[in-house]
Amino acid sequence: MSSQTLHTGTGLPSGSTAEPPATRTPRRLPSAGTVGRYAALAVAAALTLGPVLWTLSTSLRTPSESFNLPPSFLPINPDFTAYQEVFKQINVGLLVLNSALVTGLIALGQMASATLAGYAFARLDFRGKNAIFSLVLATMMVPMQVTIVPVFMLIRGMGLSDTLLALILPAIPTAFGTFLMRQYFLGLPNDFAEAAALDGAGPWRIFRSVYVPLAVPGMAIVGILAFNFHWNEFFRPLILTISEQNFTLPLGLVTLQGNLGTGSISVVLAGVILSMLPALVVFIFGQRTLREGLTAGASK
Amino acid sequence: MTTTSTVPRPPVKPPAVRRSFVERWLARTFLAPTVIGMALFTFLPIIASLVLAFFRWDIVSAPQFVGFANFASLAQDPTVRVSFLNTIGFVIVAVVLQLGIALGLASMLQARMPSWLRVFLRSTFFFPLVLSAASVSIFMRYMFNEQFGVVNWLLSLVGIPAVPWLTSPAASAAVVVLVYVWQNFGFSFLLFLGALTNIPKELHEAANLDGATGWKQFSNVTLPLISPTVLVASVMAIISALQVFDQPYVLTNGGPGDSTRTAVMVIFESAFQQLEFGKASAIGLVLTVLILAVTALQFRLSRRFVFYQ
Repeated sequence: MSSQTLHTGTGLPSGSTAEPPATRTPRRLPSAGTVGRYAALAVAAALTLGPVLWTLSTSLRTPSESFNLPPSFLPINPDFTAYQEVFKQINVGLLVLNSALVTGLIALGQMASATLAGYAFARLDFRGKNAIFSLVLATMMVPMQVTIVPVFMLIRGMGLSDTLLALILPAIPTAFGTFLMRQYFLGLPNDFAEAAALDGAGPWRIFRSVYVPLAVPGMAIVGILAFNFHWNEFFRPLILTISEQNFTLPLGLVTLQGNLGTGSISVVLAGVILSMLPALVVFIFGQRTLREGLTAGASK
Repeated sequence: MTTTSTVPRPPVKPPAVRRSFVERWLARTFLAPTVIGMALFTFLPIIASLVLAFFRWDIVSAPQFVGFANFASLAQDPTVRVSFLNTIGFVIVAVVLQLGIALGLASMLQARMPSWLRVFLRSTFFFPLVLSAASVSIFMRYMFNEQFGVVNWLLSLVGIPAVPWLTSPAASAAVVVLVYVWQNFGFSFLLFLGALTNIPKELHEAANLDGATGWKQFSNVTLPLISPTVLVASVMAIISALQVFDQPYVLTNGGPGDSTRTAVMVIFESAFQQLEFGKASAIGLVLTVLILAVTALQFRLSRRFVFYQ
């Protein structure tokens, strides 16, 4: 490999230490290592984006053209018949509504319950706090697949079989969200609570008026994580919903692919692209929040 | 604040007692949704699974105690056995690929480059994480189609004959790994990127002065410094790969034969297609034990081998 200072990042490499002249190379001549690195990064980026671009461009071709090879990565004449067709084949509006209801209510429910529980663990005194917190954390290690059979029966027993509530209710208690909110509240200074208490505010007022407004960024992380996970989830809806009127988007699309087989690719792909749009919005506007949330579990 | 510590005890006590009473009840109320929800949807189901695993039950007729028969099926039932072997093989290959790609790309992003390019690449590698595994599997299934798939078309350009991606046992297992890794490497990448960015620059400069460059610097300086992250990233990747379901279900439905059937697929099929809820519970418990074992291993390893600053 090259002998340059590769790991200096964006900042200037010269600090207190003088750079040894031997490692200095002329600016305009990239080394073999640099070329190789850029080539590898370019290939990785192409392999990552390629499938998504192929999906987009194929969805913009007429259903009969969608088999054509070579594929046209840039549709010169975009054709929207596949998008009209997918609305005829499946009730896209209902699928979107179901997914939005399920995802939205889970996100709101998680934000509320995790904020309350996280605050209790971080800032309130009660007996058995550590034991209860350990139990909450322990649920993170239980895979959903081991609880799904009893949850399915419980839902049946509650008379919620084949309803959207069957998807929403079990997903609201969140160990990870509670953990995140606890960490968030622990990171806020104690001074505010003391000042408010001196002014005569009770525990509820201190929570409601002082700490909740400060915890909004933490709640945003919980909400965005919930959205990203549940908008895309497939396993639970596959088991807990039965009739098509309760399907969520991923389930509806897989069913559509099953029905159409390889009949008209572009119609299925038009549905796939439509289902990606909310995720794209999150990606564009909430990427930093989502990154923080996803990596938060690994940092502690 | 300054006042609280200096105020004499008697005047503070009465409100403090009242406050702790209010606080206790507030805490109970705040915890109720989470604790009741978890009791109902996690702890009760675990206990139910532990019991159910010793019964044969199809919901319709009365449950029948069968002892360890459901667990024995793991060794005897060829489909269950194969699915566990598939899962373990999948975990090994997918996790090694995922971590290798992620670490390689994260290290390459440490080099000097325009910041717009770094942001673009980071967003690109992150992007598949916001998609649904089911949707990804849908379009990948078309791309890997033997006759009209774009993958075989690209291969034909370099003279490689059409690969039966979804109809040959070995190739379909490879497709499941590739599609899974394509979507998930971004997660490990983010973890590595964070860890690498946190390494103080002086350490690399010192290593350069000492003549440790390239691979030597990476293996002797960089890798030990990010070893806590490598361990966490491995464990998280292993745990999520052990639960793989969406990709094989949509891409191949476990086939051809049982070549891409995974442990979770067998749980799903035993419970909701064959109505053998006891068997499904037993398989689920074994999977849980595997996951707990990986977590326990993480704690042991982190005490022994990982270098903390």
